[in-house]
Amino acid sequence: MILHELVSYEFLRVVWWLLLGVLLIGFALTDGFDMGVGALLPFVGKTDVERRVAINTVGPVWEGNQVWFILGGGAIFAAWPPLYAVSFSGFYLAMFVILAAFIVRPVAFKYRSKRDDPRWRSAWDWALFASGAIPALLFGVAVGNVLQGVPFHFTDDLHTIYEGVWYMKFAGLLDPFSVLAGVVSLSMLVMHGGAWLTLKAEGAVQHRARAIGSVAALVAVAAYAVAGVWMAFGIDGYRIVGDYVTGGPSNPLHFDVERTTTWLTAYAERPWIVVAPVIGILGGVLTFLGLRAGREVSTLLFSKMAILGVISSVGLTMFPFIMPSSSDPQSSLTVWNSSSSHLTLFIMLVVTVIFMPLILMYTAWVYKVLWGKVTEADVTENSHSVY
Amino acid sequence: MEFGIVELSRLQFAMTAMYHFLFVPLTLGLSILVAIMETVYVMTNRPIWRQMTKFWGTLFGINFVLGVATGITMEFQFGMNWSYYSHYVGDIFGAPLAIEGLMAFFLEATFVGLFFFGWDKLSKVAHLTVAWLVAIGSNFSALWILIANGWMQNPVGAEFNPQTMRMEMTDFFAVLFNEVAQAKFVHTVSAGYVTASVFVIGVSAWYLLKGRHTELARRSITVAAAFGLASAFSVVLLGDESGYSATHSQKMKLAAIEAMWETHEAPAPFNLIGFPDQETRETHYAIEIPWAMGLIGTRSLTTEIPGINDLVAQAETRIRSGIIAYDALMHIREMRDAADPAVMATFEEHSADLGFAFLLKKYVEDPRTATEDQIVAASNDTVPTVWPLFWAFRIMVALGFGFIGTMAYFFYRASFKGMNFPRPALWLAVVMVPAPWIAAEMGWFVAEFGRQPWTVDGVLPTAMSVSALSITEVALTLAGFIAFYTVLFIIEMGLMLKYIRKGPFQDVAETDAWVLRHHDRLAGRRNADAIAMPAE
Repeated sequence: MILHELVSYEFLRVVWWLLLGVLLIGFALTDGFDMGVGALLPFVGKTDVERRVAINTVGPVWEGNQVWFILGGGAIFAAWPPLYAVSFSGFYLAMFVILAAFIVRPVAFKYRSKRDDPRWRSAWDWALFASGAIPALLFGVAVGNVLQGVPFHFTDDLHTIYEGVWYMKFAGLLDPFSVLAGVVSLSMLVMHGGAWLTLKAEGAVQHRARAIGSVAALVAVAAYAVAGVWMAFGIDGYRIVGDYVTGGPSNPLHFDVERTTTWLTAYAERPWIVVAPVIGILGGVLTFLGLRAGREVSTLLFSKMAILGVISSVGLTMFPFIMPSSSDPQSSLTVWNSSSSHLTLFIMLVVTVIFMPLILMYTAWVYKVLWGKVTEADVTENSHSVY
Repeated sequence: MEFGIVELSRLQFAMTAMYHFLFVPLTLGLSILVAIMETVYVMTNRPIWRQMTKFWGTLFGINFVLGVATGITMEFQFGMNWSYYSHYVGDIFGAPLAIEGLMAFFLEATFVGLFFFGWDKLSKVAHLTVAWLVAIGSNFSALWILIANGWMQNPVGAEFNPQTMRMEMTDFFAVLFNEVAQAKFVHTVSAGYVTASVFVIGVSAWYLLKGRHTELARRSITVAAAFGLASAFSVVLLGDESGYSATHSQKMKLAAIEAMWETHEAPAPFNLIGFPDQETRETHYAIEIPWAMGLIGTRSLTTEIPGINDLVAQAETRIRSGIIAYDALMHIREMRDAADPAVMATFEEHSADLGFAFLLKKYVEDPRTATEDQIVAASNDTVPTVWPLFWAFRIMVALGFGFIGTMAYFFYRASFKGMNFPRPALWLAVVMVPAPWIAAEMGWFVAEFGRQPWTVDGVLPTAMSVSALSITEVALTLAGFIAFYTVLFIIEMGLMLKYIRKGPFQDVAETDAWVLRHHDRLAGRRNADAIAMPAE
């Protein structure tokens, strides 16, 4: 096969870096409101019926939403194998916690209303809460760690060695900056869940979701701004030094990397990227106003805008870094040294170009079929068939 | 066996994978059976078929969700526990996993919600389409995961790149149309169809024994027996095809399954049963069927199948060749672009055996310094433990033939005896419910344990594939998975049994028009049953 030679390796790498962003954002936009609703569940639903309304707003779509997470894993494996190898083994126990959440959540949705016993239901409600809130927090914590660099190095034959004893590998993730990043992601997804419930629910559930969601929106904007200031003064950046090729073999050890004082020099080099944090903050503020005013469709769109801005700001600021190494900067993973081969990136792009539009089309159709509010009557009248 | 990081990681992977496969086969088959039932409903408009669709759909849903949930572990575990594997072969192995997500997971997961929630929101035909899309999506996901797995068994279309220290794809279509993958795919989905058929027949048989929901049960058995009979033939035939492809791609696995220590003059006999002895490399009390092995394995009377001892000797040769490749690789890695062309040529010549040099890493840091004894030990390591393979394979095959017999019997009774089944046969059907799961797990055991000591056959040893984790970490997650999965299993079984006991939401009688049309045949049935006759 020589077709792939037509598209340069460098270009494919940038495209796959963008697609990595698309997948993360797609995951946050769809599964994000599932997690948000889970985290809101004990607070928006005081009675069983109210909680069932909240659950059934996501009931028919959580499976499709969760595939963004699975596809994210698969796409990182296919397009960025070193990232897949380093990050998931490095964040081993944290990943286990996230997996546990993602396993228990589907089961909780599906099984919760299959028995009438209140203790059974209450146990699953707590499972939904924990499996929404904990990953929402941990994803942000992971981003916070990646921004600061992760302590790993490669051996000559590219085995990954993660520094530190096992409990510090887990507990060490929770440094103050990363916890702040976790607060950003948790509050952002709670805001998103609130916006979703505002659209899909009514009455008391909607009212509470709006109240809590608007607080979450403010917290998200404030925490994001604080994190930005912190990054300007307290967090080191990284940069590639010396000559390097952008279309060469994917071997991190072929690059030289050093620490700099801050990531934010990126905004001097590429001033246009300031668009991302502006969209993020603007989206958060508009979501706050929308929730206060009780606007439904536009609020959800503003919430999506906020998520889009916040996540892309992280990627754009770090570019071309994907996962810097704090203990051995030379091992850092960048767009230029940690992708799949030229051929694999090309094939995966062809497959994505064919299937991604199809996926978006039928997903949109499903949401259209399910358009409209979930009411308490819907739940009580179809008690045996809904969640 | 000493329990180090490799053994613990293997144990965790084996446990989570086998657990995942408790739910997958039923999803594969039941999705199609439900879609078939709904098709009959849409075509005939008879309410009983809608009721059947909904009832089996509920059980499908309880099972489906755990298949989805436990599949998540599989998607991420390669990176968590097998990071060197992920780095080394991710360029090839990752692609089918990602395509699986794009092409299959999205399809099934997006529409499965609509299947359950869309009865009142969609037209009949639209809902039927949704049911089929769920079934197609589930089955496509099996295709891609088996392309990935087939590549581990028979790594085609890839070569080692010394610049990146990993395998890289050279021919996507070779990976896609890997003969091992194709045979495995049909074998595996057929096994899923048999599982669902046995399940449906078993549950229905229980209803008939209890005299409940007889209309639903009889029709369900009829559909499942026809579908199951075709699938049972398919699973055995394609199992044979897998064996045939193993003759040229995985000779050691085949020899180990057969406990064939010595190369036998063609055509080799088949050991029906026997007691393999790894120490002395012989099989005690073997009962042989002459010629059978040669015919199955090579489809000829003249082609030899190499025995284990000869394969060990071949492995030793390849280890020595691999050491030459390793030596050249070290030079290339040092010099990068400035490597000596002569050394590059040497590497090219021997690179196919590089993986065999890695077998020595278990004994020495640098394979070039291995002693003769270590080389001999490493070549002996290429023999998987024979007796579990030998027996697991035989249990699977025996059950496979058992399914053909059972399905043929129920198909005959359903088609020619007016859906009338004797009680002992119904009891047998109930007792048989766990059998397809046993067969499926045995099959995976043979496929994966038989691949040892490799994760990717001839390319990367298992011992080298693991992440640099501490024993504590893996022990913690292993314990976590065991506890967590056990609880989920109990909950799932409890719900499954509850909904089976409860039966369909409400019994529906056949339509009058149908009963009238089939009046003669129904009247001729010996055990006249509870079907309400239209007023005569």
